[in-house]
Amino acid sequence: RAMELPPSHFPAARAAAVAVGYLRYLRGGPGRGLQLRELRRARRQDIDDVGHKYYLELELEDVLDKDRTVSCTAEVLYPLGSQTSAPDVQVTVQGELRSTEEADQEFYNRIRSLQKELVAENIPDSHGNVPPELEPIHLLAWVASGYVIWQNSTENTNFHLAQVKHVQQVKRSDEDLQFDYVVLLHEMVSQEVLPWEVTVLWHPRRGARVSRS
Amino acid sequence: IQLDFWLAPRGLGLPVDVRVPFRSLQAVKAHLEAAGVSYSIMIKDVQALLDEEQTEMRHRSRQLPLSTNTFNYEAYHTIDEIYSFMDMLVDENPNLVSKLEIGRSTENRPLYVLKFSTGGTNRPAIWIDTGIHSREWVTQASGVWFAKKIVQDHANNEGVASILETMDIFLEIVTNPDGFAFTHTTNRMWRKTRSKNSGSICVGVDPNRNWDAGFGDAGASANPCSETYHGPYPNSEPEVKSIVDFVKSHGNIKAFVSIHSYSQLLLYPYGYTNTPAPNAQELHEVSAKAVAALSSLYGTKFQYGSIITTIYRASGSTIDWTYNQGIKYSFTFELRDTGRYGFLLPAKQIVPTAEETWLALKVIMEHARDNMY
Repeated sequence: RAMELPPSHFPAARAAAVAVGYLRYLRGGPGRGLQLRELRRARRQDIDDVGHKYYLELELEDVLDKDRTVSCTAEVLYPLGSQTSAPDVQVTVQGELRSTEEADQEFYNRIRSLQKELVAENIPDSHGNVPPELEPIHLLAWVASGYVIWQNSTENTNFHLAQVKHVQQVKRSDEDLQFDYVVLLHEMVSQEVLPWEVTVLWHPRRGARVSRS
Repeated sequence: IQLDFWLAPRGLGLPVDVRVPFRSLQAVKAHLEAAGVSYSIMIKDVQALLDEEQTEMRHRSRQLPLSTNTFNYEAYHTIDEIYSFMDMLVDENPNLVSKLEIGRSTENRPLYVLKFSTGGTNRPAIWIDTGIHSREWVTQASGVWFAKKIVQDHANNEGVASILETMDIFLEIVTNPDGFAFTHTTNRMWRKTRSKNSGSICVGVDPNRNWDAGFGDAGASANPCSETYHGPYPNSEPEVKSIVDFVKSHGNIKAFVSIHSYSQLLLYPYGYTNTPAPNAQELHEVSAKAVAALSSLYGTKFQYGSIITTIYRASGSTIDWTYNQGIKYSFTFELRDTGRYGFLLPAKQIVPTAEETWLALKVIMEHARDNMY
């Protein structure tokens, strides 16, 4: 009942983008940037009165640890007819992701010790540069945009983070770090590049929580 | 007082030029006035002049390389820098390279095509364009690299030198100059042309939906504010019309390659219909070979297939039109990367991207040469 799809073709690629967005939201952080290395297999099942379900086998890599890959399976269910409901995603990661405890703590301490709240724009800049000290902020934007991408994807969209237009740290009285982002998302089918406002709360042990401003 | 005579005293009645250090100014002025010697100030502040000259020289060494050998291929350039590169390339290689103006953009910028030819009359030709979508900066940058590479291969009698024995190469590097200028001055993410749309505040037409192949069908937008707006009618955009006119009047183009970024794909017609192109099988095989060649250099993985099956339905696109004109070997590339940097590909990836893409282009060019029709 599940139809095999060519992994190189767009329907599978779109579902994979949703799975990667979701996984970045769940498991990404300032010290971990997951990206798709290869989509190995994709199948689609049309479930009457429910929607279209994609079964994916993905190979991912951490941009900070490119010698290793991580295999993962995902199920992406686009609900029938609904443009307002987020796809349902289940992901299983095989094996362990590299620990980022040390990098996370270092980042946390560095930001907490800043005198002035961090502000930055255009990451990367027009020429593709990301200053090394802003790379964790860039990767945290992947977490934020991963959430937005997951929540707003349909079978007819394929989102990528184009640029962090603006990021403003907001100092908090509790232990979380807060960053208010304006991210530009590129949607490949319509080719639109649109700004989204996203707020991320992050803590080394509690991970990331995303809300919209 | 430390006077520094630039025109030393020569005799009575003859002028004298002297540089006076700042701290001695008052004393010297007072002395001259007391002695009734008239003077005028030629340069008020010599240091300022020197500083300005230093800046100018630094600027010039960065912005205006003296030759295509000192041009920085590992950086992104402005439209002026690229146009100046083209002129230098022609100057340095007048027997191989010439510059053609095929039209003017909406904002009246010249549309330049470089012609690489070792002679003959209207030889069968290969067309390559980059930068039709202005935000895809790695493509214009690669186009610059391709231009230099063709010249080098010819000089060293290797690579495409053999292709140039029987074919010409046409290369349009800045296919959408208005859009490109806009990405530098105002909006790095600008894609379309910069034509005004009557009845709308939104500007620009998608030059890759403006061709006369399935124009206006599903796969383009009728909304001027959309990034895939097809325009009021086919070839409404001078950037597109000039290529259409060129292709038709040349009449002997055998391979047509239009280069975009990003996604790492090699695509062939059609985008506007599910009907397979008559020689889709052959195009698929050429694509497989081209992609393998590309991948051999740095391991970069490309997918390939027809536009409509691989990315999406797109109407009015470039290679659908060129293919329907009879240009059998019509291909579109989507270069690096797959989304990590997207349009903002780091400059240090320009040369590796150009190098690997060139290997794929050679496969296509050689196939066209060896399968003349």
